[in-house]
Amino acid sequence: MFTHFFTYEFLQNTFYTGLLIGFIAPLLGTFVVVRRLSLIADALSHVTLGGIAFGMLLERRWGILFITPFYSGMAFSVIGAVLIERLRSLYKSYQELAIPIILSGGVGLSVIFISLADGFNNDLYNYLFGSVSAVGRSDLWTILIISIIVVLVLVIFYKELFMLSFDEEHAVVSGIHAKRIHFLFIVLTALVISASIRIVGVLLVSALMTLPVAASIRIAKGFKQTIIFSIIFGELSVIIGLVSGYHLEIPPGGTIVLTSILLLLLTTGAKKVWLNFMRKKAII
Amino acid sequence: MSTSIVSMKNISYAYENKYALKDINLEIPNGAFLGLVGPNGGGKTTLIKLLLGLARPQQGSIQLFGKDIQHFKEWNKIGFVSQKANAFNRGFPATVKEVVSTGMTANVGYFKFFSRKQKQKVEEAVEMVGMSSYLNQNIGDLSGGQQQRIFIARALVSDPVFLILDEPTVGIDTENVEKFYGLLKKLNEENNISLLLVSHDIGTMTRHANGVACLNKTLHFHGNTAAFASLSEEELSRFYGHDLSVVTHQH
Repeated sequence: MFTHFFTYEFLQNTFYTGLLIGFIAPLLGTFVVVRRLSLIADALSHVTLGGIAFGMLLERRWGILFITPFYSGMAFSVIGAVLIERLRSLYKSYQELAIPIILSGGVGLSVIFISLADGFNNDLYNYLFGSVSAVGRSDLWTILIISIIVVLVLVIFYKELFMLSFDEEHAVVSGIHAKRIHFLFIVLTALVISASIRIVGVLLVSALMTLPVAASIRIAKGFKQTIIFSIIFGELSVIIGLVSGYHLEIPPGGTIVLTSILLLLLTTGAKKVWLNFMRKKAII
Repeated sequence: MSTSIVSMKNISYAYENKYALKDINLEIPNGAFLGLVGPNGGGKTTLIKLLLGLARPQQGSIQLFGKDIQHFKEWNKIGFVSQKANAFNRGFPATVKEVVSTGMTANVGYFKFFSRKQKQKVEEAVEMVGMSSYLNQNIGDLSGGQQQRIFIARALVSDPVFLILDEPTVGIDTENVEKFYGLLKKLNEENNISLLLVSHDIGTMTRHANGVACLNKTLHFHGNTAAFASLSEEELSRFYGHDLSVVTHQH
């Protein structure tokens, strides 16, 4: 089952990238979910699509090759993250407004750039739904570097980020630089999204950040445990999803997301059974 | 050198052109258990903001521990339990231990991790509020009163000598309110922590605090509880303005 993944280089790249994003997406996703920012990941992924389309346009129309769609997508994602923060402080009591504004802006840009770049093609299909063959060696290296940065920043600022997520007012009163930490966090989110898109695709990238966390939160005690379970669920989804996607010739975005939904259902079911068991035990 | 923890002189504070506080003079001596009462919009929260350095008065001076507030650096000496503390997301996956340790985050500083000693501090603070057996429980699984104790522990973990509590008993049932005041009394008498407690509940307050300040834009009364309890209702309603409904307590 796994042999192909170790024989062909392109599959190896995909597999390693998968392991990396299966780690960082749920890791950062835990913070995203508890801060109730799940939809921001969606908005950012659509902005990233706009950036990808822009990169394709540069390639097709003007033959500019040094800004690949991967990098232009990343740049758009980071800019989108900054804009979301701006909008959120502009509309203090309607913070969720930032999401539809940025999301529709991203889709709008995508449509324009795609049609200017002569329309829909196979590449774009891969970006939308993910692909097992789209990751090159240099992409893998970039994603590795992003992963290292994400993990380092999260370890260094863990206690501040946790405090800010739990009780923002308390953090601010205590003198934590909430704005700066939050800015750092949202830029990390943008980076993780642009790194994950190659494999899971624009439409499903936010799922990899939120579904493993949704399963984990049902059964974990405390924040650290939530992170650990999220990562385990994330890695399981990626591995099972990639292998089955390859063998069934389906874009891995679909199989990865369905695997994580399955895991979510299993944990919820398992918890119910466990609770019933405990209740019965308590009665006896 | 005065032994006062807080010394406010001629403080005035206005939002745009409306006074929230006018000519406030307030001394909080070391060891005090001072209750701060007053109607909504009477400036209680503003007063706390000034004390925490979150806003600056347009007029007057504030000294904390004998030091001008602009030059005051030892913020770890002051603990704060916000009114909104228990408005957190109940589904947040955090253990009691994790929540209480956030009380040290700002003191430890950036780029540093909690030391073993600091982790021990967390356990001590939780013990002080009598919640040791809940250390590894998710905070959302506790009752309102228990959660409030955890937020006190979070404020205690940085070793404050002065604790400010803003409406800490809102949403807690009467029986637990009594227990809660018992805890405050213990902190005040045994651990020598001075307290400033903002509350609507004048009755309970007068039974436990050893001083009361009544604030309605100006400070109307600042004295010991016995004197406050002997005030007539008429006098009280003068402090409060017209729309007062005093809750009287039968002892």
